[in-house]
Amino acid sequence: MSEEYILQVKDLHTSFFTDSGEVKAVNGVNFNLAPGKILGIVGESGSGKSVTAYSIMQILADTGRITSGQVLYKGQDLTKFDKKQMHGFRGKCCSIIFQDPMTSLNPVYSIGNQLVEAIMLHTDKDKKAAKARAIEMLELVGVNEPQKRVKQYPHELSGGMRQRVMIAMALACEPDILIADEPTTALDVTIQAQILELMQELQKKLGMAIIMVTHDLGVIASMCDEIIVMYGGRVCERGTAEDIFYRPAHEYTKGLLRSIPKADGSKERLVPIAGNPINLLNLPKGCAFCARCDEAMKICLDEVPPQVQMPDGHYSSCWLAYKKNLDERGEAGVVE
Amino acid sequence: MNNEYLIEVENLKQYFPIKTGFFKTTPLKAVDGVSFKIKPGETLGLVGESGCGKTTVGRSILRLYEPTDGVVKYNGEIITASNMQEYRKHMQMVFQDPYSSLNPRMTVEDIIGEPLDVHKLYENKAQRREKILSLMELVGLNAEHATRYAHEFSGGQRQRIGIARALAVDPKFIVCDEAVSALDVSIQAQVINMFEDLQQKLGVAYLFIAHDLLVVRHISNRIAVMYLGRIVEVGDADDVYEHPQHPYTESLLSAVPIPDPIQAKENKRIVLSGDVPSPMNMPTGCAFRTRCRYATERCATECPSLLDRGNGHEVACFNR
Repeated sequence: MSEEYILQVKDLHTSFFTDSGEVKAVNGVNFNLAPGKILGIVGESGSGKSVTAYSIMQILADTGRITSGQVLYKGQDLTKFDKKQMHGFRGKCCSIIFQDPMTSLNPVYSIGNQLVEAIMLHTDKDKKAAKARAIEMLELVGVNEPQKRVKQYPHELSGGMRQRVMIAMALACEPDILIADEPTTALDVTIQAQILELMQELQKKLGMAIIMVTHDLGVIASMCDEIIVMYGGRVCERGTAEDIFYRPAHEYTKGLLRSIPKADGSKERLVPIAGNPINLLNLPKGCAFCARCDEAMKICLDEVPPQVQMPDGHYSSCWLAYKKNLDERGEAGVVE
Repeated sequence: MNNEYLIEVENLKQYFPIKTGFFKTTPLKAVDGVSFKIKPGETLGLVGESGCGKTTVGRSILRLYEPTDGVVKYNGEIITASNMQEYRKHMQMVFQDPYSSLNPRMTVEDIIGEPLDVHKLYENKAQRREKILSLMELVGLNAEHATRYAHEFSGGQRQRIGIARALAVDPKFIVCDEAVSALDVSIQAQVINMFEDLQQKLGVAYLFIAHDLLVVRHISNRIAVMYLGRIVEVGDADDVYEHPQHPYTESLLSAVPIPDPIQAKENKRIVLSGDVPSPMNMPTGCAFRTRCRYATERCATECPSLLDRGNGHEVACFNR
């Protein structure tokens, strides 16, 4: 079973231990990633989408810790890895690119220097071969005049170019998984289109799996094979893009879709989700979304909804979906 | 005086001097000859990429910067530096960042009350308080929030405080500079709806500056597209979105990520090559020609001006 998936996240819990208490950022996230597939994780700020990504890489802030659960890479549990093993995993097996390409590149080293460092760290190439590889990578991600660019510093490049350099660095050691944490949020739309196009192209060429973390429903609609919707550190819904956009089975997903303006330009009034985002310091006993949900029932307040499989095959963690399944099919379809 | 247009901007220019040597300064042409008109109660959306000068336009209209050249008229009357104070009662602004635009040492009551104090719009303390409470109610804040400080609120609520402050002087025109960009999707919808409600109730006109093109289309009657300090296309919102004429508008709109899998897969992106040129070193002629598919020799020598293509849809391009 484990060969089928390159990465399996099982019941992951991550908390930050702050002065004001335990912030439960991720509360039992499950998903599987097949090789060469693109998985989208979507949610608002504080939904735990970035923390999930950082937990996989184990690059949490000092106060953060994985409190329970497993992250299996090709069957090996990453949470049991020591520092040195993790070091080998990062960059070589799995890379990450961040939202802000300016702060993730070191301003005092040239682009080439930083690329060569990453390559030499994870492969046994010598400096000359590493430099050749760096130039080859820059060419691959569409940086013009790579020979000249390797000598330049991050401040000499535009935002889009910097993000290309980040992608080149992430892919230099041919990882199996690329995690992209809001890769285009800081970029303009036309540059965003360039970068998304590039990522799809590289995915086809190199065949790595991508985890795309974003708050922008538009970005994931066209790209992803599978989408996870997160709220309050839990997975609300999991399915294909069509499932999520056309047959949403969780009230939060429905609410999100109603609150974005339609692409066809209809001036229909938006239907916002009432209330404010959840406080992770003080999670409710039941469903995290119940305080803002119009359809909340008594059970939603008291018990966390189980993950149920809908008739079309996608998964929802909502008591309403549970009830609907029970009424229509005589069984709830609970999966663990 | 009653005019057809509430706001008229004519040939607005805003240059910033940038030191490029010991004794040398070069003008950075942030806004280079922008003209548009806004009717009472209308929303004009202003879109463009970062660095195109859309924020500067908003700020220059309100004279947060002293414009280098050009005229701004309110109700047909020219606004000058000396009579601006008077016009601030009619024109207000809502800023992008709800965190840095509110003074952390003032209570909500004082933040909303400050414009009232400046323009002396009340007779006694009781009247001031009454006005503040009615403004808070208007934007959906509870009266008990009045004595709290800005840090006690979430992003969406802070933006409501900023809007209440703008509304305090009962303006007829508000510049919304990326007013919903920093908010989460579900909260963004709340604030957008509130902007629409306030417009219906109070008849204010908006200059809605944003980079999210779907949001701008949703809220705007008309849309102006800017590229490197100039307006390249302006027209009715649906007209511009359905039939973009300028090659820049065309590619900008095709690059918008569509939140619908089937439509998104059908959408043919026109991906522009290269980056936006530096406004310190603008191309001659049409600023867009370096990235344009249709560029000809003429584009390099002459700068196209906005021409009406019918229905008030104006485009600045020789080739379309």
